[in-house]
Amino acid sequence: MSLFLIVALPFLGALLPGLMSSAGRTACAGVTFTFSLAAFIGLLSHVPAVFAGDVVQTGVDWLPLLGLNFNLMLDGLGFFFALLILGIGLLIITYARYYLSRDDNMGEFFTYLLLFQGAMVGIVLSDNILLLLVFWELTSLSSFLLIGYWKHLPEGRQGARMALAVTGMGGLAMIGGMLILGQIVGSYDLSVILQNREMIQDSPLYLPALILILLGCFTKSAQFPFHFWLPHAMAAPTPVSAYLHSATMVKAGIFLMARMWPVLSGSTEWFVIVTGAGLITMVLGAVIGLFKHDLKALLAFSTVSHLGLITMLLGTSTAFGAMAAVFHILNHATFKAALFMSAGIIDHEAHTRDIRRLGGLRKLMPVTFVIATLASLSMAGIPFLNGFLSKEMMLEEAYHTVLFGSHWLVPALATLGALFSAAYCFRLISHVFLGPVRDDYPAKPHDPGFGMWGPPALLVVLVVVIGCAPFLAEPFVKVVTYAVLGKTAALPDAHLKIWHGLVPALYMSAAAVVGGLIVLGLFKPLLRAWDAAPRPEAKVIFDGIIAGAVAAARGLIHSLHNGAFSRYAAIFAVTVVAAGYHAWTTGTIAAPTRLVQPVDPVSVGGWLMLVVATCGLVFLHRNRLLSLILIGIVGLMVSVAFVYFSAPDLAMTQITVEVVTIILLLLALNFLPNQTPIESTVLRRVRDGGVAIAGGLATTAIAYYYLVRDTVAPSISEFHLANSYKGGGGTNVVNVILVDFRGFDTYGEIIVLGIAALLIYALTETLLNGPVRARLLNRLPDQPRAGDMHPMMMVVLTRVIMPVVLMVGFYIFLRGHNEPGGGFIAGLIVSIAVVMQYMASGFSWASARLRYPYHGVIGAGVLIAGLTGIGSWFVGKPFLTSDFTYVRIPPFEKFELATAALFDLGVFLAVVGAVMLSLESFSRLARRAHVEDNDHPMDIDPSREISREGV
Amino acid sequence: MELLVASAIGILTAAGLYLVLRLRTFPVIMGMSLLTYAVNVFLFASGRLTIGAPPILTDATTYTDPLPQALVLTAIVISFGMTAVVVMIALGAYLGADDDHVNDPADAQDDLEDLT
Repeated sequence: MSLFLIVALPFLGALLPGLMSSAGRTACAGVTFTFSLAAFIGLLSHVPAVFAGDVVQTGVDWLPLLGLNFNLMLDGLGFFFALLILGIGLLIITYARYYLSRDDNMGEFFTYLLLFQGAMVGIVLSDNILLLLVFWELTSLSSFLLIGYWKHLPEGRQGARMALAVTGMGGLAMIGGMLILGQIVGSYDLSVILQNREMIQDSPLYLPALILILLGCFTKSAQFPFHFWLPHAMAAPTPVSAYLHSATMVKAGIFLMARMWPVLSGSTEWFVIVTGAGLITMVLGAVIGLFKHDLKALLAFSTVSHLGLITMLLGTSTAFGAMAAVFHILNHATFKAALFMSAGIIDHEAHTRDIRRLGGLRKLMPVTFVIATLASLSMAGIPFLNGFLSKEMMLEEAYHTVLFGSHWLVPALATLGALFSAAYCFRLISHVFLGPVRDDYPAKPHDPGFGMWGPPALLVVLVVVIGCAPFLAEPFVKVVTYAVLGKTAALPDAHLKIWHGLVPALYMSAAAVVGGLIVLGLFKPLLRAWDAAPRPEAKVIFDGIIAGAVAAARGLIHSLHNGAFSRYAAIFAVTVVAAGYHAWTTGTIAAPTRLVQPVDPVSVGGWLMLVVATCGLVFLHRNRLLSLILIGIVGLMVSVAFVYFSAPDLAMTQITVEVVTIILLLLALNFLPNQTPIESTVLRRVRDGGVAIAGGLATTAIAYYYLVRDTVAPSISEFHLANSYKGGGGTNVVNVILVDFRGFDTYGEIIVLGIAALLIYALTETLLNGPVRARLLNRLPDQPRAGDMHPMMMVVLTRVIMPVVLMVGFYIFLRGHNEPGGGFIAGLIVSIAVVMQYMASGFSWASARLRYPYHGVIGAGVLIAGLTGIGSWFVGKPFLTSDFTYVRIPPFEKFELATAALFDLGVFLAVVGAVMLSLESFSRLARRAHVEDNDHPMDIDPSREISREGV
Repeated sequence: MELLVASAIGILTAAGLYLVLRLRTFPVIMGMSLLTYAVNVFLFASGRLTIGAPPILTDATTYTDPLPQALVLTAIVISFGMTAVVVMIALGAYLGADDDHVNDPADAQDDLEDLT
């Protein structure tokens, strides 16, 4: 089966449980089981290749320029983990079907479970570290949903949040580490990275990359000091704990360390960090676990401890250590998942998991007793069970490991960890199952149905089989170890067997078991001492850090972002000026290369008008009508400057936009107060003046400095000038750029313009349907109204010039390709012609004669421009490729037909629609307010008077 | 000539900034319009100043840079759209709350207190 399908099947399956939940719980679990089973069988179809030592690879490019490819690979290591994920997944699905009660939404549960399963399979099959990161984050998210599945429990929600915060933070760090790794190697493909051990380890960026990646691994695999989230995640339903927190997700960090082992391991940094963290975690987890009364908390800390053990083994960087790690991953997955499921059974049947309230279950739950005891003894390291074998290998490896120059530090700590591990296993057996039967259980315990004890029983069978006949597992473990080692080390010449002779590891193992029994015997005094000893509570520290971070963020944001717009604007302006000043003082500036052009009196006159109008605006801005007039002068001077500096198109655009803007502001001013009151203090005005002058000086300086210098790199404008006529068929280069070279930009811009107009329309609608409507209706005009609101002179004049203006617009549009003009300018001119009709005869008269709604005009414009662009697809060219030809129809002269003209028509329509929709929206407000509807074009109409007299 | 244009850009920017920092919506809109002029002329001037050589292909040998002109042309039209939206928002706020301050009432008070 294709690797793609193996990864995709769980995700596809995730769509179904939600739909099936009304069909019953068995159907829901059944469909989940079917999809997992299909993926599992697909995985098994690769068994021959994997055992032959081949690497199955497949892939498609996703974002090749970023190095992100959807590449998958399956080697021994990936196969091993995928087998665990899918195999134990099948058992968990069966178990969960019977574990969850009728009140739980099973569709939701299995959806999350399949999402998680797909993400995990994705991690272990990824051949691209960026793709791996995507799946990695998906596991964090889906495990968040699973841990918080019982939304009504506060512990569930808090545990889920904590798990997400810790693993999410680690994931972020890992993104950084992976990006560095990709930068060092020059590829994000794992199979390439794994070939470049020397390049990576010699790089000065090796240590930062290593630390960041390990942060991701340690948070995910709950290594010290990030171990605290795992026990809190135990608020999840037990199937989730058994699946995520024993067999799969917490092993993702281990998986990644094993995956990266060929390139990252072997250095002193790797050895110290990984072995050190592993050892501390192993001992700490075992000690804390011993004193936990909640069965699941005990198992959680034992998981932490065993993950530490595996981490420690990977840290030693020897081939034997890697093999022991692989073997222990397998063994731990079997006995720990069985133990979690047993804990779930006890909780389910006895309605408590508090060890102090249990005891004597041996007689009441014999099947569970056998399963849990065998799994516990395996975990304690008792011979003929698989835990014994890998623990021996671990102790053997520890015996040969020298940390900080000490020969006894690692062996002693490893034995101590094993001792406490044995102690909590014995405690679990004796305090839960042994002892007298009690009569105060919250519920009457009894063995569950086969559906619940079958899955753990199957795992325990594996525990015993591997424990008694380790040679059966050996080929498999060697295949996986071979994949972990890559080409860096040869496969160790060691065999999995029960009896190695009287080696130090055997003595250490025996010491751990005997010590464990002694500790159990002394449990009561030890517990008293433990309870009396002061211990840091991880959750309190974590909550404190979170609260501190929130307070710091809030303090920073509130001081910058406090709801005062003026403050944001001032901060922004000052920051930009400061950044510019920094660049100015630290950079180098070349000598001027352009001659300064002479000044003539006319330009000085224009400049003076602009300056006087601008300064007048600043000092007289409180009179709002006057400031509109002044800003009109500024706009006019800018248009004149455009003409003067060889930009006729800009001048025409500026002057037409000026007209519609002033009309728009007049409409708005109709409602706003006419005066701006004096509010700000003198101090504030001086401060604002300072900011303004600094900004003005900065822009003057930068503008002047570049005006007297040529561009650093040659401009691309030459290309446009050279190809405008040849390629675009027009002599007006600005217009050809707009409709041809940069047509896609223009297309985006008319869409933005259309959206702005629709936004204005929507805002108007909202206002008119809300409480503002009543206020408008009751509003009294604050200015005296004109007696003759629609004067005859204006009506007649606008009617007369309407066709003339339309003609001018048409002419400007047509000549745009070769002379100044084009769709934008023509659109604005035609809008002005229409607006004048509104002004002369009023809104209701004009809109009654409106044939096409302006939204439709905008839409038609965008559609025409878009279809013109799409048209080029039909001749196999990219979007918006233009074409033109010259035709001659007698008696006319030869003229040009260009697709660009069609595009320009779209621009024209969009501009007309957008401008008109905006202005119309404003006048709709005005109409609500105080203007009586008029059906006649003018108020005083001589002809109307006469006709009335005639009647 | 270059200095005239550069100083005009600077004066437009300074006046625009000052008005944007006012407390009522209408002067802020005026200020944004002035900043729009300043930015458009600034962008236009990045093609350097050329007199009497419009980018209309004729027999002439030199033309001014057409590219900034094309960019500024759309910028002028878009700035109309932006002004219209901002004016509409200001109008809606004023009609809805009978208040044309730009700052949150509570925070604006803080802001004034901070200064004094």
